[in-house]
Amino acid sequence: MKNSPADSRSQFFNQYDLTNRQLEQVLETAVERRADYADIYFESRTAEALFLEEGLVKKASRSVSQGAGVRVLAGDKTGYAHSDEITLETLQVAARTARAIAQDTTQTQVVPLDSTPSQRDLYPLATPPIAAPLQDKIQLLQQIDEEARAYDSRITNVLASVAVEQKNVLILSSDGGVAADIRPLLRLQVTCIAEDGTTRQQGSYGGGGRVEFDFVYDDARWKTFTQEAARQAILGLEAVDAPAGSLSVVLGSGWPGILLHEAIGHGLEGDFNRKKVSAFSDRLGQRVASELCTVVDDGTLPNRRGSLNCDDEGTPTGRTVLIENGTLTSYLQDRLNAKLMHMQPTGNGRRESFAHMPMPRMTNTFMLPGESTPEDIIRSVQNGLYAVSFGGGQVDITSGKFVFSASEAYLIENGKVTRPVKGATLIGNGPDVLTRISMVGNDLKLDAGIGTCGKEGQSVPVGVGLPTIRVDGLTVGGTQA
Amino acid sequence: MDLTELAADILDQARQQGATAGDVVIASGESFAAGIRLGKVEKIQNSQEQRMGLRLFADQSSAITSTANFAQAALQAFVTETLDLAKATATDEFSGLPDQSDLAQDVPDLDLSDTSAPLTLEEKLARAQEAEEAAFAHDSRITNSEGAEFANAARETVYANSLGFCGGYHTTSFSLSVVPVASQDGGMQRDYWYSSQRKLKALEAAKVIGQKAAERTVRRLGAKQVRTQEAPVVFEPEMAASLLRHLANAISGSALYRKTSFLLDKIGEKVAADGLFVEDHARLPSALGSKPFDGEGLPTRQNVIVEDGVLTSYLLDTYSARKLGLQSTGNASRSFADTPAASTTNFFLRPGTTPPKDIIQSVRSGLYVTELSGFGVNPVTGDYSRGAVGLWIEDGEIAYPVEEITIAGNLLDMFKNIEVIGNDLERRSPVSAPTVKISRMTIAGT
Repeated sequence: MKNSPADSRSQFFNQYDLTNRQLEQVLETAVERRADYADIYFESRTAEALFLEEGLVKKASRSVSQGAGVRVLAGDKTGYAHSDEITLETLQVAARTARAIAQDTTQTQVVPLDSTPSQRDLYPLATPPIAAPLQDKIQLLQQIDEEARAYDSRITNVLASVAVEQKNVLILSSDGGVAADIRPLLRLQVTCIAEDGTTRQQGSYGGGGRVEFDFVYDDARWKTFTQEAARQAILGLEAVDAPAGSLSVVLGSGWPGILLHEAIGHGLEGDFNRKKVSAFSDRLGQRVASELCTVVDDGTLPNRRGSLNCDDEGTPTGRTVLIENGTLTSYLQDRLNAKLMHMQPTGNGRRESFAHMPMPRMTNTFMLPGESTPEDIIRSVQNGLYAVSFGGGQVDITSGKFVFSASEAYLIENGKVTRPVKGATLIGNGPDVLTRISMVGNDLKLDAGIGTCGKEGQSVPVGVGLPTIRVDGLTVGGTQA
Repeated sequence: MDLTELAADILDQARQQGATAGDVVIASGESFAAGIRLGKVEKIQNSQEQRMGLRLFADQSSAITSTANFAQAALQAFVTETLDLAKATATDEFSGLPDQSDLAQDVPDLDLSDTSAPLTLEEKLARAQEAEEAAFAHDSRITNSEGAEFANAARETVYANSLGFCGGYHTTSFSLSVVPVASQDGGMQRDYWYSSQRKLKALEAAKVIGQKAAERTVRRLGAKQVRTQEAPVVFEPEMAASLLRHLANAISGSALYRKTSFLLDKIGEKVAADGLFVEDHARLPSALGSKPFDGEGLPTRQNVIVEDGVLTSYLLDTYSARKLGLQSTGNASRSFADTPAASTTNFFLRPGTTPPKDIIQSVRSGLYVTELSGFGVNPVTGDYSRGAVGLWIEDGEIAYPVEEITIAGNLLDMFKNIEVIGNDLERRSPVSAPTVKISRMTIAGT
């Protein structure tokens, strides 16, 4: 079952009975009306999920899809047509539909498709998680249920799911480019419901990546995830009202890196900056963060959820330094926006599926570690909030205002972490929040592998990471004014 | 391809391979979107899609699978795989198809499909262009745009089950939206406006959409934070609808039997202010949320959810109803790769009698919310904390725009503290509400 990404091409060609020459003809049709560029994106995906609730794995689902999309670029225009039926004829129809946007740019010659996809593989798995036996997955979910209930008698229900997918993609472009990728993905999610008299709470935790199913058993991760979900649910039972107002906030390491994703990540995506609708437009080279901050987007970390061998336009992923010692150094680019901005693609052109056009998206976004110890950072705050776990976030890239919602947080009183508080939304301004980071910890951690990012209706898996940091003057949206 | 025949074929194959029961949903359709930005064509997108979702039972074990490959050989393997997966899951005494006697007897025509002549590509682009132009023409502070988009889709949906039900219907949809960007004194703001309808002729005029989008955008220029305080909060209709979505999630069957709802066991209890009525009506002609039968073949209907502040009905599908010892409310919704689950159809807060202007005038110092962001709602406890954008009200008048603030409270208190309901209900989307005023919430700012 071991496949290298390069094998993806022959699989698509064999399955749909297509040849290099035929696909060159599709690309020729696509660029016939004087377009700049065209590409064909093939995708086949199998996804499987098992769900446990009330102690039973009573739900199982499996989804199979395949399709292809033809894209034509002309200046700043994009034409895109796709179909879930893959034949030479549907591809030719798609090419003719997509080229409707092209009229008046330079003539483009299709370069023969004779290159070989890169052999790089950031996630070479002996057995992809989709191939792991069903019974193993069912057994895992049952163990999770037992573990959670044993954690505390107040845990009254456990919801757990294991979701796996295998996505094969092949990208052929009019400049002769051939790229292929085979992308496995695993995600384990545990939610515990705790009840104490009339009070109920829930806690969630999970993890995964482009890893084998055994990932959940290595270092007893399944147990850690389960205990974390149970602990958070129990902790919530005794949480007091969260404070309201501007406070010093200490963010714990790992998943709180969602701050970076919302506060600066989206605002640095090339499409928004090319259109000058981002709060970061025209700010390359400017100071946007305290000099303690260096932030990178890295799609090449082995086995991570946000990593890819190549993006969905065939560009190899890379490591892009977005902010270096406080100075804005780069945007995240796809092919179209890089060209229009006279920059290089950064391997961030991603799409949810063949039914979507690619656009600049993040991969794994994190801040490099600093010098302080987490203990010193907490001790430095007189009165504030210590937030260690978050739900989702959102940003208005034009005004720069972003939110992210804490699901586990504590008061800091006189330099000590004291009572847990109820969940609250934190709100700030992207272009200046990082300038108010006064301490950066030496404990960089990446999240456990559950992040999904949404943009213009498209969802893609991503990662985030953060060392412990102190941010001054962040608005905390609790109820205690 | 005849989807009805295909559905019958699949269920037949499933029976032959040993499935004890099953149901299938098949959809086939086409969608189109065209975008204009700064007066020029930016994108054209066309898609052809077909999809099938199959649920098979092996006694009381079940599985659900979906595919887009309708080739005969592939479908046979698909049935086998589904059945194998079903056999691997645990027996669940509550699982199964609805009772045969509850299935819909007829499929009413709710007029969900537009049969008028289709627009040409040029006409679609012209509408988007007109909307964006109107935004720019409306105010000189509109200096940029994220573009305008015209989209339309047509779809046929067929549902059949092994109890003999087979029904189908056609829907169409049309939408037009524009996202202008305004700037002033180095600050930039964006907002948007849209119209979405089943019938093309019901779509709001492009010019009106553009003007409204521009108004919404420029009024945000110069926004600032306010100090942290408790104050009344007025929700404009689109934002009031978001409160109804939280209500709908809390009364959906799965949240109740899983005990992840702040409205658990609250049937017959006061959960909202006097004079507050919420209903879910699946058979409004040509409405976006309407459907002639639900995702399990049960007849859809009108359900009163909240009556004079008292919770009178949940939203249930067959499975959650059985778990709770109740009857389905005909609210099953079926996605291809997931089991049926209860959800809203056309879910709305009945309008009151007060004009929105009078609601604003009733506030001495408070917030008028025009946008909410983030995921700070705990469905189990009802604790609510979200980012907000809006206009500050001083002495009954809109005074200045505000941003980078949060509003917080608990949903149960918030619904009970709805002090006034506006007379301005418009069914712009499947979940809709008029303007509402909540007497007190915590606003966090500086």
